[in-house]
Amino acid sequence: MSEQQSGSPPAPSQRPPPAARRPSASFSRTILDAVVKGSPTVVTILAFVAAVVLGGLLIAFSDTTVLHAWSQFFSAPGNAIAQAWDAAAAAYSAMFEGAILNPHTVSAAFHGGSVGAIFYPLSQTASDATPLVLTGLSVAIAFRAGLFNIGASGQWVGGAIVATYLGFGISLPPVIHVIVCLLGGFAGGAVIGWIVGELKARTGAHEVIVTIMLNYIMYNFLSFLLGTPKALQQPGQSNLISPPVAASARLPHVGGPPPQVDAGFLIALAAAAGVWWLLSRSTIGFRFRTVGANPSAARSAGMNVEESWVLVMLIAGGLAGLAGAAVILGPVQSITFNSYGTYGFDGITVALLGRASPVGVVLAALLFGALHAGGTAMEAATQVPSSLVQVLQGLIVLFVAAPPLIRAMFRLRAARAAGLEAVPKGWNT
Amino acid sequence: MTTLAAAIRAPVTVNRRLVAAGTFIAFGLIDILFGLYAHRGDATFAFSVSGAGVHVPSIHAPASAVAYALGAASILIGLLRAFVDQPPWAKRLSIGLVLLFFVVSLLCWAYAGSAIPLNVVNLLQGTMNLSIPLVLGALAGCMCERSGVINIAIEGQLLVGAFTAAVIASVAGLWLGVVTGSLAGGLLGSLLAVFAIRFLVDQIILGVVLNVLASGLTGYLNDRILVTHPNLNTGLTFNPVKIPGLGDIPIIGPVFFDSTIFLYITYAMIILVQVGLFSTRWGLRVRAVGEHPTAADTVGIRVLATRYRNVILGGLIAGIGGASLTVGSVGTFTKDMSSGLGYIALAAMIFGRWTPLGATAAALLFGFTNSLQATLSTINVPVSSFLLLMAPYVATIIAVAGLVGRVRAPAADGKPYVKA
Amino acid sequence: MKLELTGITKHFGSLVANDHIDLTVEPGEIRALLGENGAGKTTLMNVLIGLVQPDAGEIRVDGKPVVIHSPKDAIAARIGMVHQHFMLVPVFTVAENVTLGLEPTRALGLLDRRRARSEVRNLSERYGLQVDPDAYVEDLPVGVQQRVEIIKTLIREASVLILDEPTSVLTPGETDDLFRIMRELRAGGRSIVFISHKLKEVQAIADTITIIRRGKVVGERPPTATDTELAALMVGRPVQLRVSKRPAQPGDVVLDVQHLTVAGEHGSPVVDDVSFQVRAGEILGVAGVQGNGQTELCEALLGLRPASGSVLLNGRDVSHATPRDRLRAGIGYIPEDRQEDGLVGDFSVADNMILDVYDRRPFASGIALDLSAIRDNAVSRVAEFDVRTTSVDTATQTLSGGNQQKVILAREIGREIKVLLASQPTRGLDVGSIEFVHRRIVEQRDQGVAVVIVSSELDEIYALADRIAVMYEGKITGFRTPAVSVEELGLLMAGGSGAGRPGTLPEADRSSTAVTEKSGSSARSGPAAEAPADPPDDSAPGGPP
Repeated sequence: MSEQQSGSPPAPSQRPPPAARRPSASFSRTILDAVVKGSPTVVTILAFVAAVVLGGLLIAFSDTTVLHAWSQFFSAPGNAIAQAWDAAAAAYSAMFEGAILNPHTVSAAFHGGSVGAIFYPLSQTASDATPLVLTGLSVAIAFRAGLFNIGASGQWVGGAIVATYLGFGISLPPVIHVIVCLLGGFAGGAVIGWIVGELKARTGAHEVIVTIMLNYIMYNFLSFLLGTPKALQQPGQSNLISPPVAASARLPHVGGPPPQVDAGFLIALAAAAGVWWLLSRSTIGFRFRTVGANPSAARSAGMNVEESWVLVMLIAGGLAGLAGAAVILGPVQSITFNSYGTYGFDGITVALLGRASPVGVVLAALLFGALHAGGTAMEAATQVPSSLVQVLQGLIVLFVAAPPLIRAMFRLRAARAAGLEAVPKGWNT
Repeated sequence: MTTLAAAIRAPVTVNRRLVAAGTFIAFGLIDILFGLYAHRGDATFAFSVSGAGVHVPSIHAPASAVAYALGAASILIGLLRAFVDQPPWAKRLSIGLVLLFFVVSLLCWAYAGSAIPLNVVNLLQGTMNLSIPLVLGALAGCMCERSGVINIAIEGQLLVGAFTAAVIASVAGLWLGVVTGSLAGGLLGSLLAVFAIRFLVDQIILGVVLNVLASGLTGYLNDRILVTHPNLNTGLTFNPVKIPGLGDIPIIGPVFFDSTIFLYITYAMIILVQVGLFSTRWGLRVRAVGEHPTAADTVGIRVLATRYRNVILGGLIAGIGGASLTVGSVGTFTKDMSSGLGYIALAAMIFGRWTPLGATAAALLFGFTNSLQATLSTINVPVSSFLLLMAPYVATIIAVAGLVGRVRAPAADGKPYVKA
Repeated sequence: MKLELTGITKHFGSLVANDHIDLTVEPGEIRALLGENGAGKTTLMNVLIGLVQPDAGEIRVDGKPVVIHSPKDAIAARIGMVHQHFMLVPVFTVAENVTLGLEPTRALGLLDRRRARSEVRNLSERYGLQVDPDAYVEDLPVGVQQRVEIIKTLIREASVLILDEPTSVLTPGETDDLFRIMRELRAGGRSIVFISHKLKEVQAIADTITIIRRGKVVGERPPTATDTELAALMVGRPVQLRVSKRPAQPGDVVLDVQHLTVAGEHGSPVVDDVSFQVRAGEILGVAGVQGNGQTELCEALLGLRPASGSVLLNGRDVSHATPRDRLRAGIGYIPEDRQEDGLVGDFSVADNMILDVYDRRPFASGIALDLSAIRDNAVSRVAEFDVRTTSVDTATQTLSGGNQQKVILAREIGREIKVLLASQPTRGLDVGSIEFVHRRIVEQRDQGVAVVIVSSELDEIYALADRIAVMYEGKITGFRTPAVSVEELGLLMAGGSGAGRPGTLPEADRSSTAVTEKSGSSARSGPAAEAPADPPDDSAPGGPP
């Protein structure tokens, strides 16, 4: 057998030091090096920029005014470009104002307007980010243990069902009611996750299939419950909507005079802190990470791989269920047949962008939350539909997979990349 | 070390014969329950379609009696299964019969004493129509996965196919609509191919991301352009085409030979893909690449080129399936109209063990449950139809958990081929 | 056809796999390539069939130079290979596998299965290779699968067939069959290159034997050459690695293995009724060519592989214990594949140091990890074991092989163990690291640990072992002392004479509860004298301090 000295990674083909070349060349070389070496921050920023540019093009060239101007490009090129730029800029600034800060509110505050209004966009962003943090954590923690949790959506439903039922079905004093509902939400999602883990551990059933199927089972189960009088159906309603949760179960706003924060957001941050602690400071997390990184070594070190799978899916399910609870007990208050929206799949993109680390997930969730909040504002202000946000989201994540692309183009050796090059797995693992 | 892993994990070993027998008996008992709970009276099954040449008389079935009889029959089949050794064809027939009896009992119970007859022909027509995108999606999945590339992006391919077909048809006619819809699916397929084969991105993640992109892009373009320009979304559809002669056969005719061009395309595709994969030289090589790419390489087969080709072809087929959702059906495009059909197609492919015929059977089954649910929702059925809709998904989980035998993907499915 | 290889050289990094190899095979000749694992035989053959490009050298067929860039070129040059790991698609039929790439077709590319079947049958009958064209390969026994591989080469009209360790997966009966087939093919004018490490077989079938060692051709002999001569060429003279080592002072039996059997995939057991005992303070070296069950033996001892038989640790029955419990009970394990099974490459040195003790004090209390304790432990171990790393936080995959092995050693030796199982502990390491590892292992032995070393490097066995057991085809073929000659050891390793004689294996008949002495019975045969390393009485000094 040929034996290779497992030394330090082979040195990439050495380029002449930047100082010996023209400054502009060295700048692009630096960028490329950063991308190739996969510094996650750089890659994410570049991906974001690329997505924004492409999104801008999409905005511009789906605008009839712009298209009209471009049909006369050769007679008035400046105008064409200006129109395109304006369209994109208007959309993006509306997005910014809706997600981060609207300068008008600041000046209005100085003239006696409400100070709270300044923080409205940020609080909207935080509110939109809340379920994303939780579903992102759900996908991320499973990923760290080597499992694909495509089922965050179904687990979300599981948690939301329990939380809603506890919300209107029982009565408890205010704070306790909320806590009980949240715990119930966690439990509801955890059960669904547990099923996935058990099936994988006992029968080897691939979690991707099982989670996708469970998603649809849960969607239908939800509709079933919403249509059944004794379950979740609102009395007197034939639409598939549940009774609203009691006031005592709703998540409050926290904090004094502005800024105010959604309790849900704080809970999400707490969950992120908890997951961080679990993964990096606890024995359980150590086991998860080992199983995820190298199951063979884990077994040789005496770890029980199957048990880890079951436990991690239980926790992941619980986190997604908590997301469901947070949404119902927070902004929404009633559950309908399609309340689950895209939270589950958004969680996947958040986890991918956040490189499956709790801190990364929070940041990615805030980014995507900002995009969501901004998207609504953008649509209101400029008629650019908020579904652009989903395009941006997908593009960002796709570009995060781009380092291999760039690497291939320049035929450079693979450094430890921050891309989506997890060890590719098949169905038969 | 996969052998290590295989050696350690203690699998759930289930005596399959007993499980099957037990399931059949359970179904039989449920049939009897249907009989018990059915209202007094007959369930009427109609078999005619208005305007047909031959009028087939309806069947008035005493609901409870029929349910009891079918229940008894299912129990009998279950006992046979438990105690008699059966060849594979008999086992498949048993499953089919038990399911059929279950459905008929269910219908008897639902329609017992009802003034409205159940039009079986409509039910079956609905099944065929609902199954078309599922079958085409599952065929696309087979094409990809048999060569070793996992395709989770069927959902996205259906969606872009539907969108493109609707828009182009509004502008340039139906046939161009179908062709461009197919090409759109192929384009998404080539994205999948490049990122999976060349850049070794994990194929499951890639599929999910492509679905998100497809949904976002079509949704955006819909909101931005189609809503304000309805002339780009006119809802043109193909008219059904009745095959002369065959289309006039009572019962069978209206179901199998009187539909839009998409049904006939689907027939052709099923035959092409099945024969192609399993009876041609091309198919043998594709399957070799999906099972043991190194062995294929050593006999001179070009592994990567084969994979690229198959993934793109798969995308083209899925694109046709997408087109069927618009120009073959409702006409106008609405956001996210594929609503999970791509995932059901994936399940059908797995359930059908990665073979076109198996996938078709599974897709028809899933389509049937959808059609049944739609039919039942028009009458007052005490039990929610959503439970029925769950059935295909539960079945797939059971299949994947190995409780009905090993479900084995092509051996190299999902593993990129890198020359050592 | 005549095949000439001249000066074939291939480097993999700094390793020279083939070093100016010359080889000539005449038409109608069966040429055996004899050598140990890692000698370079497979690399040479991969060059010949186009999977690997040589750095230098030339290949001539019938006097004319050929260039082989890919398997297709090799097929065109009428060279065919039966790989050690078959290149067969399990879910295809025999006919489909054989005709893959040259499928006979009817119109429109439809497979002509009838013609494929008849082609396979023709070849099958002509050469006495019984196969059923419609059988699925995965259902066939290994011997028949091999026949399919051979037919695959014949249908491509190969004139030179290369068989890479073909008998490693065959029963003796199937081996006889294979030899018969080889003789038939030779009679038909074909040449066969037969790669093996098994002396008896090579002598039985070859016309000429070429011996390769460490990438070079070290000799060519006729099959009438003696076992000892061939064995000596194959394994070479051992380089005496100076490990200063006091004589062993074994104490009580710590590890007692009785009738350990591990079922194999091919029907015959891969570990076959193995029994041995290891005492505290002694090193048992398990010698043998890789692939004779040593790996599976280690895995079974650790509980990573289901096995029948019994394993007692200090009298306690751990035969059904989980790997975790066995590790806790005091087994230390240095796995053969350090990167796959021993370390998590992405993890830091510190984390790898505690991989099997992460949930115990002082590294954790309850479920909380004590990061500073982990760090401190790593820092002190890195110093103690001289692990060259920039910090304890660097990922172990960036370390050199030697340093990676040191991390594993530090981890296993660092906790209190009673038995150390080390499988190929110095594979791929530089001389300095080898020396270090050896020193540490001897240290452990001197502290009373019972050590089992599995190694295919005879130098290592000689340097470290107090007693040697040789494994061949899943069985232990003999126990010897380090005074045994290389020739005899090589014989035992290659299945030569001296194997399997009952009565020469004193441990095999021990009951599991008896912890008695090895009396000076006819324990050892052969020229090696009784060595004093084996204390005859119970009250021996030494043992755990």
